[in-house]
Amino acid sequence: MSERIIVDPITRIEGHLRIEAEIENGKIKDAFSSGTMVRGIEQIVRDRDPRDVWAFVGRVCGVCTSTHSLCSVRAVENAFHITIPANAEMVRNIMACVLYMHDHVVHFYHLHALDWVDVVSSLKADPAATALAAQKLSAWPKSSEGYFMEIQNRIKKFVESGQLGIFANGYWGHPAYKLTPEQNLVAVAHYLEALEWQKEIVKVQAVFGGKNPHPNYVVGGMPGAVNLNEANAINAERLAFVKKLLTDAHVFINQVYIPDLLMIAGVYKDEWGKIGGGVHNYLAYGDFPTKGYGVIEGYKMPRGIILDRDLTKVHPVDADSPDEIKEYIYHSWYKYKEGDRTGLHPYAGETELNYTGPKPPYQKLNTNDKYSWVKTPRWKEKPMEVGPLARLLVAYAAGAEPQKSLIDKTLKDLDLPPEALFSTLGRTAARGLETKLAADWALEFYDTLVNNLGSDTRMVNHELWDEDKWPEQAKGVGLTEAPRGALAHFAVIENKRVKNYQLIVPTTWNASPRDEKGNLSAYESSLIGTPVHDPKLPLEILRTIHSFDPCLACAVHLYDEKGNYIHQITE
Amino acid sequence: MKNKNLSVYEECSRKGVSRRDFLKFCGTFAAMMGLKVSGVAQVVEALDKKSRLPIIWLHLQECTCCSESFIRTTHPVLSALLFDQISLDYTETLMAASGEQAEKSMRDTMQKYKGEYILMIEGSIPTKNEAYCCIGGRSALQIVEEAAEGAKAVVAWGNCASAGCVQAAAPNPTGAKPAHQIIKGKPVVNVQGCPPIAEVMAGVVVHLLTFGTIPQLDSLGRPKAFYSRRVHDTCYRRANFDAGLFVESFDDENAKRGYCLYKMGCRGPATYNSCGIIKWNEGTSYPIQSGHPCLGCSEAGFWDKSPFYKREPALHAFGIEATADQIGLAVGAATVAGIAAHAVATNIRKKKLINNKGEEEN
Repeated sequence: MSERIIVDPITRIEGHLRIEAEIENGKIKDAFSSGTMVRGIEQIVRDRDPRDVWAFVGRVCGVCTSTHSLCSVRAVENAFHITIPANAEMVRNIMACVLYMHDHVVHFYHLHALDWVDVVSSLKADPAATALAAQKLSAWPKSSEGYFMEIQNRIKKFVESGQLGIFANGYWGHPAYKLTPEQNLVAVAHYLEALEWQKEIVKVQAVFGGKNPHPNYVVGGMPGAVNLNEANAINAERLAFVKKLLTDAHVFINQVYIPDLLMIAGVYKDEWGKIGGGVHNYLAYGDFPTKGYGVIEGYKMPRGIILDRDLTKVHPVDADSPDEIKEYIYHSWYKYKEGDRTGLHPYAGETELNYTGPKPPYQKLNTNDKYSWVKTPRWKEKPMEVGPLARLLVAYAAGAEPQKSLIDKTLKDLDLPPEALFSTLGRTAARGLETKLAADWALEFYDTLVNNLGSDTRMVNHELWDEDKWPEQAKGVGLTEAPRGALAHFAVIENKRVKNYQLIVPTTWNASPRDEKGNLSAYESSLIGTPVHDPKLPLEILRTIHSFDPCLACAVHLYDEKGNYIHQITE
Repeated sequence: MKNKNLSVYEECSRKGVSRRDFLKFCGTFAAMMGLKVSGVAQVVEALDKKSRLPIIWLHLQECTCCSESFIRTTHPVLSALLFDQISLDYTETLMAASGEQAEKSMRDTMQKYKGEYILMIEGSIPTKNEAYCCIGGRSALQIVEEAAEGAKAVVAWGNCASAGCVQAAAPNPTGAKPAHQIIKGKPVVNVQGCPPIAEVMAGVVVHLLTFGTIPQLDSLGRPKAFYSRRVHDTCYRRANFDAGLFVESFDDENAKRGYCLYKMGCRGPATYNSCGIIKWNEGTSYPIQSGHPCLGCSEAGFWDKSPFYKREPALHAFGIEATADQIGLAVGAATVAGIAAHAVATNIRKKKLINNKGEEEN
């Protein structure tokens, strides 16, 4: 006999996600992932000035803030064949690295850590032993007995107040928690430390984009003019501030995040390095151009696809091809003219909202029918996982450095085989490793920028700013690697205005419902076989789902009612 | 528009009190309470609450940028708020518990702190079909109505909860509505912006904690401490505007000199926010300082005022002397305990009698 359990809301994510799982003999037999919110942004940007769209679609998500704006200006620049100045490319790269650092650290400590770390257990820790243990992990200068004692007292006072706030009704004491009280105290201390740090690193985005969340971009470059001899522009002081923030971030990531990640991985690897793998295919568009956005060979993160976990071959991907990426709606609350079994490339889409689920309030969704606002994308009919793990696997298979050496070293340090990458733990570890790379690369991009600024301060190519110079019709695609994975924006421009705009977003790949043939997408398939100690306490489900870092505001989209290829982004 | 905060002014108005008089009273009241931006830091230090203020923070149709902004606050820092001052009992972004345990946290607070908890809302509410936003099998509308019932006051975070934001832009496919159009009979504070500035969000929370009242609001329900000044009037590039020095295109020589962005479409002259005063990310910058025109993100309906790079068509009567009443801001000032409207009116009448003069209606 199987039992259906429902976890809704899944918390510590962006957006609204519901998981229904069938449990049999203590293990998950089947799982259903449902996005339960929709907004319609793709429809809203229709008929707008293409130069404005980055601001609208930036609001798809405030967690992966800036990445949709970047993808949008790239799509418009691609449509008009605009090449941006080298300085702007570097500033965009630095901002994207900053997003990785912020987003991944916040995910690890504030969204994911409580799946592995028992806050209440940290009260039993010996501060002196904790300090010794922490000093063995890294040279982080705060790891003293007094520091950990103070943190512990703070937690104690908090717990004794009886108002547990965000920690109320957590899974404390669950047998799946394996860290020692001292390890738990280290992690809790760094939970607070990371909270302090995260507000610092985003200041880099504020320097170049004016604010964070939702910094500003412009089609053709970046808005912040550089003038080394002017107070009201980006000058040596502003650049020095950026350098300081990037340097501090580098220290934090290498002395706090990575050691904590390895500590936790070392404890959980035997179980969680074997389960949670999910689909066997991985997709990355690649990103971080060093020779211009058009020169893919110059990307720090390579582009490609891995099939069936075969790391000996990287397959090419063309997002623009009508034969490769298609979206399906068999289990999603939309309608296609040609019927629910059709798959459509975003340029040929034609659906409308079609809610067929139960009227709220409801207990259960009918998962045999439509059950999500997320569509189901496929690459040549195959489900793909996207995200940090996909990016690292593509790089590994392509032999890209420094990724390959870093992965090999980490596997060796943890005494794990390469197969352990295809797991819940592999996903969480990959996110940390690429954060380390982003910290390195940000400083590298900074040096490139500064070296260039001595002779060339251009930040915007405005040759094609004036709409009179635009072609009657244009079409472009923007590709980025958002923190959560491969992101594509498609823009069709006619008569100076957006005719169609579509997005295929990372969480759409990962969180989508199964396709008509019953092939599961990443979330659903990764849960199969996961042991559940107590069906009333969904800790194990959270571990695997959180390892993807769900972002549901991004994930949902739909087309307009007239059958044009306008998407709406929904959540 | 039957907002409780408006009703004080409306009632005063019905009793023959001019808006200007009402505003003057509000201003005096604000000064007495020491409500000014620069005072926030001291207020924080003065905080020493025994039990922490219970908060339910809902996520509806949104992008979580408000939560992201909130965690960036520098005074007070978030950990100080969470551990010492508020009890964030329900927030899908940060809470440890999921599913049934999360729902229980919300129910516990609603029962135990009925009439005492603050309801904070991030996101708009879809009205075309309730199923466009469901959490735990219940619709956003059902959850909001239930959670607002026992709330002491409601804080609407950001443009989504205050005015519907991007999803309410034409053609508003889901019928997205802001909180104040759904919730009746409770004070609603609209903390505007996309997102609001972190320290503005913290400032509102600190005000609630310190004074046990909601701050004075303008006619759009925004706290006057943070939304009574135009970005244009507080912009460090204002002198360039007055001197007629404008950026003509991005990255031109004038941009490199930091001239005014008005001709690039800057909405600063029509936008009320603290960007020029508090700035963003602990004073690091704000959009204009980093070379981009203001989009007007703290104003209702700003998305439909695009194209953004087309300049504001008319810009007359925008002198710094044009004060709140001229633009029609004003109003607000209800406390949670409720300052009876007639008391306000009485005070103003008394003053009029003393001065033996009346002032004409605006």
